[in-house]
Amino acid sequence: MKKLLRNRESLLVMIIAIMIAGFATRAPGFAAPGNLANIFNDTSILIILALGQMTVILTKSIDLSVAANLAFTGMAVAMTNAAYPDVPLALLIVMAIGIGAFLGAINGYLIWALQIPPIVVTLGTLTIYRGMAFVLSGGGWVNAHQMTQSFLNAPRLPVLGLPILSWVAIIIVVGAWFVMTRLPFGRAAYASGGNPTAAVYAGIDTGKTRFFAFMLSGALAGLCGYLWVSRYAVAYVDVAIGFELDTVAACVIGGISIAGGVGSVAGALLGALFLGIIKNALPVIGISPFAQMAISGVVIVLAVVFNARAERKVGRIILRDRAAPEVSP
Amino acid sequence: MNEAVSTKRVIPDRLGNRTSRLLASWEVLLFGVAVLIFIFNALASPYFLNAWNLSDATFNFTEKAMIAFAMAMLVISGEIDLSVAAIIALASTAMGAAAQIGIGTPGLVAIGLGVGLGCGAVNGLLVSGLRLPSIVVTIGTMSLFRGISYIVLGDQAYGKYPESFAFFGQGYVAWVLSFEFVLFGVLAVLFAILLHATNFGRQVFVIGNNEFAARFSGIPVERVKFILFLLTGLMSGVAAVCLTSRLGSTRPSIAQGWELEVVTMVVLGGVSILGGAGTIGGVVIAAFVMGLVTFGLGLLNVPGIVMSIFVGLLLIITIAVPIIVRRIREMR
Repeated sequence: MKKLLRNRESLLVMIIAIMIAGFATRAPGFAAPGNLANIFNDTSILIILALGQMTVILTKSIDLSVAANLAFTGMAVAMTNAAYPDVPLALLIVMAIGIGAFLGAINGYLIWALQIPPIVVTLGTLTIYRGMAFVLSGGGWVNAHQMTQSFLNAPRLPVLGLPILSWVAIIIVVGAWFVMTRLPFGRAAYASGGNPTAAVYAGIDTGKTRFFAFMLSGALAGLCGYLWVSRYAVAYVDVAIGFELDTVAACVIGGISIAGGVGSVAGALLGALFLGIIKNALPVIGISPFAQMAISGVVIVLAVVFNARAERKVGRIILRDRAAPEVSP
Repeated sequence: MNEAVSTKRVIPDRLGNRTSRLLASWEVLLFGVAVLIFIFNALASPYFLNAWNLSDATFNFTEKAMIAFAMAMLVISGEIDLSVAAIIALASTAMGAAAQIGIGTPGLVAIGLGVGLGCGAVNGLLVSGLRLPSIVVTIGTMSLFRGISYIVLGDQAYGKYPESFAFFGQGYVAWVLSFEFVLFGVLAVLFAILLHATNFGRQVFVIGNNEFAARFSGIPVERVKFILFLLTGLMSGVAAVCLTSRLGSTRPSIAQGWELEVVTMVVLGGVSILGGAGTIGGVVIAAFVMGLVTFGLGLLNVPGIVMSIFVGLLLIITIAVPIIVRRIREMR
């Protein structure tokens, strides 16, 4: 199984390399390190959100509220910054992560304590959180001139040749890798998605694991709320609308099984990069940006077909899930 | 999640009498909510109790409800289709393109329904043919279908529809009864019969409850699912005809976000998102509840996005309350 996963990620790396080479023949300079660094920076937010989404999907759930969470948190910190320019940036970032984690915890609590299916809960909170962003702002915009310079500039500051935004993404990728492979929480997340019944027998509280996965996803969405608002220098209600599906798409392309339990941090990272490269390449090679949506649709469907083939040989389930018997066609 | 190991299943000797079972059913509860909202609206705004206003209000939900009927059956069978709104966009774009080259109303309707069926067939083939999880497949086809609309239209719009085409979304059959509302009623009855009074409907329930057992009972699981996806695509096509006719124009962003509203309607109607349970009657009442909430709040000048908070809360609360009540009962 490990070998299979490794194959999958190396395959994605190869596809991405071929893509970059292909685009470079059409547009010289596309493969230049500077341009690639730009693309990475541009994709940073998607990478961070995809890692949160991955944690949730691993536990056999889905979080459709990430983009709404991002919009609410972004609006909250932008308005705080506009109203009280003296509040230090560090506090605002802590506030963003805190609000995000709280909104994520609401999702997690409803799923853990009341056992409402995750898709229903996050479908509901998706509309509630975005509606709350409207209530908070009264439908208004927070524009660049209302925000402080340090608030806007922090993610752009170059450190060792890369903007801080890129470094944040790198740190979170490394952090997520550590959590998912080296800490009990990561193991529990894989187990509760892979085979919940076996996980319970092994002494894992699957409900609690799910709760923390949603809280983590929420916290990362909150952080991205600040990053998004400062990067695009504007906050309004419809920020990042529909972005939750991009995060799911990145995970699916990265080989994270929607049925839970299968996937890796590298996969989510590569899936997000794949989407980011396509998005950045289209205008460069002269394809209308309107084609991007259809292309990512085709890619998602192909990725799902490919995943299904790979998953079929994963292994034998010895302890079947009694609540939902495994259907073997 | 401890239930996974030791579920305490109490099977009662008797099911209680008919009336008390009926009173405790989801549909009756939801109907009560609808009546309460109706009374509240009537008290809150003097413009509410007006036949024409109420008739206008039905446009808020008829198109979504048409899709919700088919979606309910799909969800009962254990699948989901998130591409319905994108199918509307694609069908509407196809109709718009056809209208530009002078195709008449019957041709436009045929194209709208045909595109719907075609998209449903694509979803059905991917899910039942290749046995892929429907939630990710339809997230993919959702981008694909709407993406094609964007490729065709970009930031443009189609607007030149024949005059007779306006009937589907703007015409009235008799007095305040709009064509859409009558169609909604007819479809509700047809779907209720299909789900609750035919062999096919029974098979849908069996698949949703236990797909494994369904296979062993000789039910053609894949074929039933394929038909359900076709049906959902077709109903999206019908909704596309109505919506395009009502708006009189097509943009690629048409019906954006409707997939979530349709799913909300289905779940609010008491259909289990895990499959295996639900009624068309419940979905009909849920459609009225959502329509009444948006209309009533609209009369009170509440902006659309704030209404969506109420819809979201309604969704979570209506599902959470019965669970909490059951918990409290079990504790006793």
